[in-house]
Amino acid sequence: MILEARDVRQLYGDFCALDGVSLAVEPGQVVSIIGPNGAGKSTLINVLTGLLRPTQGAVRFKGRDIRGIGPVRLAQLGLARSFQLVQIFPDLTVRETLQAAVVSRLGRGRRFLASLATDREVARDAERVAELFGLAGHLASRARTLPQGDKKLLDVASAFALRPEAILLDEPTSGVSTRDKTAVMEMLVRASRGVGIETILLVEHDMDIVFAYSDRIVALQQGRVLADTTPEGLRRNEALVAAVVGRLPGTGAFREPAP
Amino acid sequence: MTRAAAGPLAAVLVVAVAFPHVAPAYHVTLMLPFMAYGIALLGLNLLFGYTGLVSFGHALFLGIGAYTGAFLTTHSKIRSLEVILVVAMLAAAIVAAPVGALCVRYVKIYFGMLTLAFGMLFYTFVLKFYHLTGGDEGMPFVRPTLLGLPLASLSKTAYLIGPFYYYSLALLVLAAVVMWRIVHSPFGLCLRTVRDNPLKAESLGVSVPRYRWYAFLTSAVYAAAGGVLLATPTGNVDPTLAYWTHSGNLVFMTLLGGFASFFGPILGAFVFIYLQDTVMSVFPYWRLVFGVILAALVIFAPTGLAGLIARPAGSSRR
Repeated sequence: MILEARDVRQLYGDFCALDGVSLAVEPGQVVSIIGPNGAGKSTLINVLTGLLRPTQGAVRFKGRDIRGIGPVRLAQLGLARSFQLVQIFPDLTVRETLQAAVVSRLGRGRRFLASLATDREVARDAERVAELFGLAGHLASRARTLPQGDKKLLDVASAFALRPEAILLDEPTSGVSTRDKTAVMEMLVRASRGVGIETILLVEHDMDIVFAYSDRIVALQQGRVLADTTPEGLRRNEALVAAVVGRLPGTGAFREPAP
Repeated sequence: MTRAAAGPLAAVLVVAVAFPHVAPAYHVTLMLPFMAYGIALLGLNLLFGYTGLVSFGHALFLGIGAYTGAFLTTHSKIRSLEVILVVAMLAAAIVAAPVGALCVRYVKIYFGMLTLAFGMLFYTFVLKFYHLTGGDEGMPFVRPTLLGLPLASLSKTAYLIGPFYYYSLALLVLAAVVMWRIVHSPFGLCLRTVRDNPLKAESLGVSVPRYRWYAFLTSAVYAAAGGVLLATPTGNVDPTLAYWTHSGNLVFMTLLGGFASFFGPILGAFVFIYLQDTVMSVFPYWRLVFGVILAALVIFAPTGLAGLIARPAGSSRR
């Protein structure tokens, strides 16, 4: 088990955002977290990424307690993330953005008199990740000048450049047209193999994507785990699907307004 | 940018080396505060331009440099400028470590106000601890030796426009070379991630407070070195050096030259010094003129003079 949450409770005053959530992610799996707005997805992500220390319960990554340890330590431990709302470094080029991630991974951020330009290892690694994401042609472009779709890819690519053991992708296809979603997911899966990421935690609204790419699906509702099952298991349980997503996949792309 | 700037840089350096031989002594002495500020601003811009934090309290570190020099030359037998510089930079680092640790937990106006507050604390300290600092009268800064040479036979002017001028120039070049390496290092890249998007930087494993602190420390050490060179020619150090308007001047120079470019702040210091001198000689209310310039800068040229120069060439900072 690489990532585990056990009996996690998160209270905001009187409001119970997570009510005894347990979740276990095995290495090599793609696990999706689904649920309507307000189900507790964002809170769970914040707990799993060490941003939020839960009121109760245990959260472990590779057996280590990661409650509230913060994103920096977590990234160093090998759990990276991308964001639902695109996060880039506007004035950095694509090359510099990816180099920053590689520098961080190699622990070279404190080399203050070394030349970045002549660090072949960092350059090669950054270029490789750029190729995996089809960004090789934009290496010299400033991030803020990229089209929106490429900004999203750059956000994800820089997290991949950390070569984490596990990655949390928070709606990687949001803002991507329905037509392009599958292509983006194919690229992500291919890239994760390319950089050696074993485990993917996916938060996604598009049920077609969820069913196509998940090994397991964890459905949240009102702060509880409603189901923890395979795509087949979920598909067979129509009542469950209706409760969580409102409609069956294949009957039109499920869309929900972003929170 | 490296190759494009090499030619003009070499030309500037040649002019700077020849300057004392061709220019009147008065103009040569004007170059001394310019070079001192240049060093301080190289450091300040690591914090401002590269890390995104605007300090309104860096006169504190100029002051630490100046007072260290005055203290050592007055209360001890130490006259070596090299020793003074090293002690001043160490003292600045020791003060900046806790001050920075506290300040970098805040950003934007809160960071600025906190640095301002520490600057004012230091100002009050040097003003009130009369026995240690000489209060509002200040302390003498006895002429230091350069590289072990006493140079006592030289008149004050000859000392300043000769050996001290070249000493300052060499130090400015050294400071610039070191800073150039810093901003083009992996460390420099991490600082820029912190400036551009702290949330994203942290998600990539870059500790935002830690890198802000490193930048703060570096900028303080640079400011202290600048403070030593700034105070040496005056022969006396007083609290106005540490007053908050002096911190404001540093920010003004940086804006004037352009914080988005490496050499912008140095250009800003140069223009500031000469402009101040020129305006003061014809018009007593120089601050009025500078106020108008500052307003015009913010509105019409937020990238400063360096930005204005770069624009027609169509080159963007790389």
